[in-house]
Amino acid sequence: MGQIFTDLGGELITLLISVISALPYLILYVGLILAAYFLYMQVKRRLSPVRDYTSLKTVTFGDESAVISNKAASVISIVLIFVIWGAFTGSALLPKFLHAPGPFVGEASFTYTVEAEGGQTADATVSVLVHEVGEKPETPVVIENSGSAKNDALVVQAYRSKLLRWDANDEVTRKDGAKIVAVDGQPIDRDTDVEIGFGRVALTDKGTLNFEPAKGWQMESIWLPAPESVWKRLISVSQDGYQNVTLAEHLSYSLFRVIVGFALGAAVGIPLGYAMGLSNWFRGWFDPIVEFMRPVPPLALIPLVIIWAGIGEQGKIILLFLAALWIMAIGARSGVSGVNITKVHAAYSLGANKRQILRHVIIPNSLPEIFTAARVAMGVCWGTVVAAELVAAEKGVGKMIVAASKFQDTDIVLMGIILIGIIGFGIDMLMRWGEKYLVPWKGKA
Amino acid sequence: MRRGGDAQCQIGTMTGLSIQNLSMRFDLPNGSHVQALKDVSLDLQQGELLSVLGPSGCGKTTLLNIVAGFLAPTEGQIVLNGHQVHGPDAERGMVFQKGALFEWMSVRDNVRFGPDMKGMPKSESAEIVDHLLDVVGLQDFKEKMVYELSGGMQQRVALARCLANDPDVILMDEPLGALDALTREKMQSLVLKLWKETGKTIILITHSVDEALLLGERLLVMAPRPGRIHKEYRLPFADMGVGADLREVKEHPDYTKTREEILNMIWNMEEEIMGRTEESA
Repeated sequence: MGQIFTDLGGELITLLISVISALPYLILYVGLILAAYFLYMQVKRRLSPVRDYTSLKTVTFGDESAVISNKAASVISIVLIFVIWGAFTGSALLPKFLHAPGPFVGEASFTYTVEAEGGQTADATVSVLVHEVGEKPETPVVIENSGSAKNDALVVQAYRSKLLRWDANDEVTRKDGAKIVAVDGQPIDRDTDVEIGFGRVALTDKGTLNFEPAKGWQMESIWLPAPESVWKRLISVSQDGYQNVTLAEHLSYSLFRVIVGFALGAAVGIPLGYAMGLSNWFRGWFDPIVEFMRPVPPLALIPLVIIWAGIGEQGKIILLFLAALWIMAIGARSGVSGVNITKVHAAYSLGANKRQILRHVIIPNSLPEIFTAARVAMGVCWGTVVAAELVAAEKGVGKMIVAASKFQDTDIVLMGIILIGIIGFGIDMLMRWGEKYLVPWKGKA
Repeated sequence: MRRGGDAQCQIGTMTGLSIQNLSMRFDLPNGSHVQALKDVSLDLQQGELLSVLGPSGCGKTTLLNIVAGFLAPTEGQIVLNGHQVHGPDAERGMVFQKGALFEWMSVRDNVRFGPDMKGMPKSESAEIVDHLLDVVGLQDFKEKMVYELSGGMQQRVALARCLANDPDVILMDEPLGALDALTREKMQSLVLKLWKETGKTIILITHSVDEALLLGERLLVMAPRPGRIHKEYRLPFADMGVGADLREVKEHPDYTKTREEILNMIWNMEEEIMGRTEESA
C-alpha cells in the first residue's frame, strides 16, 4: 500500500513538472488572446459602432444574457490554430516569415583536434552537408590536408544524427591511443557535448564523434504533418483508399454501426423507460439494473463483447446498443415522470382514457427529454464506435487511424481525428435541428 | 357511461350536484394523520355558481379534487344528477390555475381535445371550436401554439377547452390566480358572461376575497384543521356583475360590508392557526 502511494506521488511530481514547464506557453497563448482582443476593440472603435439593446446595458459583467459568443473571436481562434500548426510544421500555406525556425539544412564545417598518445595534437576539418528528407546528395569534396589528422566529410539527413569514424583516414587512430580532445576549439569528452552553430557534437563511448544537426523549432512531419499534407492525404485516401479500403467505406461502416446500434437502443430503451415511468412493478424491476449499468462506461464492456461476439459487426452493434439503451431508458423515464400532473388530470376530465392519455399527453410531453437523451446517446455512441474500432475491427474510421499509427502515417491519423470531430459535430447539429423542428415547444412549458 | 345509470344508482336530488358528508383523512408515514375535510355537505342546483374561500390548509383544493374524481373520499360521497361519482369524467370539466394546456398542440387542437377524445368528427368539432374561440375572443389565434400566448390568453383557451366538452359541472381551481390585476378583472367578467350564457354549474376556488364576492352567487367560507364549512353566503353581486362594470359593483354598500366581514373572519382564522402553531412549537 505504501509502495503505491510512493509510486503515485512520483508520478504526480513528474506530471506537475510537465504542467509547470508548459505554463509559459499557456501564458503566451492567453497573451495572444488578450492582444487579439485589444486589437479587435481598436478596429471596432474605428468602425461605426453598433447600437443594439445589449450595447446600452451598463451592467454586463454577470449578466449572462449580455454574453454573446463573439464571431470575430471564433474566427481568429480557428485561424490562429492553423497558423500555429503551419508555423511549426513549415507549411507552404504560410508566408516564410511566419515559420518557426526550421532545422539546419545546408553545408557547414567544424574542426576536431586529435591528441595522439605522445601528446602531439593535430586538427582536421569535417565538411558537413545536412539535406532534407528524401534527397540523396553527393558527399562534399574533401580538401586534402597535410598533418596526421585528415579532413572528413559527413552527409546527414535533417532531424537525424550520424556517427563519424574520424580515424578511418587518419594517420593516428584510436587503436594507437589517439583521442579527440576538442571540437572547434572547445574541449570535449564523453560527458561534455559541444554546441556548434548548426548542431551538436558528442563523443561516444567508443571515441567516435556523433553529429546531430540543429533541429530548430519545427516539428518533424512524423510527429505533426503540415496542414496541406493532411489535406493531400484526405484527397488521396478518399480517391484511392488506404490499405485497400476507401475512406467512404471506413466512414460508412462507422456510421452504419452508430445508427443501427442507436436505433436498436432507442427502440428498446424508450419503451423500457415508459414502462419504468408508468408502472411501479417495472420501475422496481429495472431500477437496479439500469442504475447499475448506467455508470459502467460502454468502453469497459468491449473485452466482454469481443469474447462473446467476436470482432465482427454483431459485437459492435451490441456494444452501441448497450451504450444507447440506458441513456434512452433514463431519458424516457424522466420524460414520463416529468409530466405535469395537472395536464394528466385535465386530460382525464376532458374524457380521455388511459390509451388516449398515453398517446396524446404522455408521449408528446416526454419528447423533449427523449430528444435530449438521444443527443447524449448519439455522442456516446460515436465515441464508443471509434474506441471499439481502435481495439478491434476490419473497417471503420477508428480502424483506419490505428492502422495508420502503426505505420507512423501521422497525416492519416490527424485526418481521421479531424473527420471524427467533424462527423460528431455534424451529428449533434442534425439532432439539434431535428429537436427545433420536431419539438418546438421544448423549454416553453 | 354512468350518466343516466340504472335505477339503483339514483340517489339524492335528480339534477345538480350533491356533496354528502364528505371527510378526507390523510395518513402520514410517521403514524399521525391530517384531517383535510370533516363532514362537508352541500347541495348545488343546476346553474349555480359557488365560490369557495378560505385560508390555506382549509381543504378547498382537496374538496375540488374529490368532486373532480382525482381523490376518493375516506367518507361520504358525491352525487351528480342522481348518480354517484367515481373517478374523473367528461361530465365534470376542470380549469386549472396554469400548466394544464398541451404545449404541443395549437390553440384549436387544445380546444377540440375533448370532442376529439369522444371521437366527434372534425367537421362537427370545428364549429364548436370556432364558436367558443369567438366567445373568449381568440378567433385570430386559432393556429397559434399555446406557448406563444400570454397568461391571460392561455386561461381563455383553458376555459374554451373546458366548455367545448359541454360538461355538467365546471370546477375551477384558482383559474385566475396567476394573472395580473387588470387581466384578472377582464377574465372575471368573462367567467360571469360564460356562466350566464351556458347555465353551467360552477365551483370556483379562489384566494381573492374580491373574486369570491364578485363571482360567487353562493359563497362558502371554509375553516382549517379540520377542513370544514364555516359560513355560507348568498350574494347578489354575480347577477349584478353580468354585463356591468365590476368596479361599480364593488362600490355597492353591501359589497364593502360583506367584504369586511369575510376579511375579518379569515384574519381571525389565520391568527388562530398562528397561535396554535406557536403553542405546539
